[in-house]
Amino acid sequence: MNLQNILTELESVDGELVDRMAHVSRRGLFSSLTRKAVAAAAPMVMASALTNAYGQGSTLSSEVVDVLNFALLLEYAESEFYNMGAMSGLPVPMENREMFAQIRKHENAHVRLLQSVLGSKAIAKPKFDFTAGGAFPDVFTSFQTYAAVSQAFEDTGVRAYKGQAARLRSAPAILEAALDIHSVEARHAARIRMLRGNKGWITDNMATGLPQAIYDGENITHQLGIEVIGLTGKSRAEVTEAFDEPLSKDQTLAIAGQFLAKN
Amino acid sequence: MEKLNLVSELPARTDGLGRRSFLRYAGGAAVIGGVLASCSSPDEVVSKTPTNDLSKYAGGRMGNGITVNLGSGELGILNYAYALEQLEAAYYEMVMMNPYEGMNAMERQIFSDLRAHEQIHREFFKAALDGAAIPKLTPDFSGINFKQRSVVIDVARQFEDTGVSAYNGAGKFLQTEAYLLTAGKIVSVEARHASILSELQFPNGNAFAGDTPIDGNGLERSRNPGAVLAIVAPFIQETLTSGLMA
Repeated sequence: MNLQNILTELESVDGELVDRMAHVSRRGLFSSLTRKAVAAAAPMVMASALTNAYGQGSTLSSEVVDVLNFALLLEYAESEFYNMGAMSGLPVPMENREMFAQIRKHENAHVRLLQSVLGSKAIAKPKFDFTAGGAFPDVFTSFQTYAAVSQAFEDTGVRAYKGQAARLRSAPAILEAALDIHSVEARHAARIRMLRGNKGWITDNMATGLPQAIYDGENITHQLGIEVIGLTGKSRAEVTEAFDEPLSKDQTLAIAGQFLAKN
Repeated sequence: MEKLNLVSELPARTDGLGRRSFLRYAGGAAVIGGVLASCSSPDEVVSKTPTNDLSKYAGGRMGNGITVNLGSGELGILNYAYALEQLEAAYYEMVMMNPYEGMNAMERQIFSDLRAHEQIHREFFKAALDGAAIPKLTPDFSGINFKQRSVVIDVARQFEDTGVSAYNGAGKFLQTEAYLLTAGKIVSVEARHASILSELQFPNGNAFAGDTPIDGNGLERSRNPGAVLAIVAPFIQETLTSGLMA
């Protein structure tokens, strides 16, 4: 296949397009197309190319569909949260605007990607209530509150993806994509934690003013049956920082469910 | 998509460097060493986003003549991770032994934390691998000016970016649930490091999750082992070989 040549030529046309094409075209979908044809048809073939790269609908196992829809629910929540934050008149300090724009860009991209892969199996976007039933009444008027809820979503997202990775082992390409999202969420989480005056990493199960359920279990110190404290002379706090812990699907839904509209 | 052998069909989905590296190593060459300088990528310049080119920090690598085989399969992946953690830990040990001029209290705390985390990762892998662990590796940081803040942060950030891409690309080779989960516990901490270091280097922009490490789908660009080993080779005196995917 001469995909490599096509991609190289296209790089001068649209770097981001090439990213997307490279991402989805492992199976040689474009091998029979000319460069011009690819450039012209790219937007229309993206969805089917994603299908080709990851499988779709009936070709995905029910377990993979379940994981991806769970991920899509979280991404719906995050993207809607940042879209509303951008359009609500929320007073975001000048120096933080690019940061939130970048996070928003990623969460919207994640939604599009997951929808494309799931096709007709994708769940619809539910209605959200980002005040969490009144717990955060000023979420779109107070930047402080907004930042706190942002940290809650990002740290929860990291834990949620981590908890599902093993269920994707039968689908290596999807597993890799999920891991590639997981680390992006961790980058977001660290940055928003820093903005709030916290370390980028999670010490013990410190909730930093957020609901404790988000950080429950982050304080374990044994990995693969090995007690890590004592291997290094490092403190217990540092050992807990060095490993992020997963959340189960139920634990995650208990947290995220608070942001679902009740009616 | 459920076929495991699909993995062998996947080119490294990464930046220009990765694509080219894939072609270069696709022949299955397992010996990695001293080839990084030719791999720099011309097509990843994005405004306010750092570039990734560790080759400019390579010393005049002579090597120590020792060859270390990481092995293959899951044990090979775990030794691969152990090798990367050894490199990162050694780097931060140097940073803290030779603090750059003007290191402020916040930066000192950050680098102290990073050193601790990577030392913990290193010792954890050593303990987990037990008798199957590769020996202690010897770093080569001779091309790095540890007195200069911009250099120290730039190298640290690139090591972290590389580490994240490595773990993300290695997950598909881990079929043992506990290994995959443990790698996941570590990679997100590495991503947190990369984010904070990027912010130190390019404050108040989008570099913390920038368009160099992350593509248009919002996916971190992962790398297969061969591409990663080529990037880190100049900084390790031993020559690393493996039966891992190029």
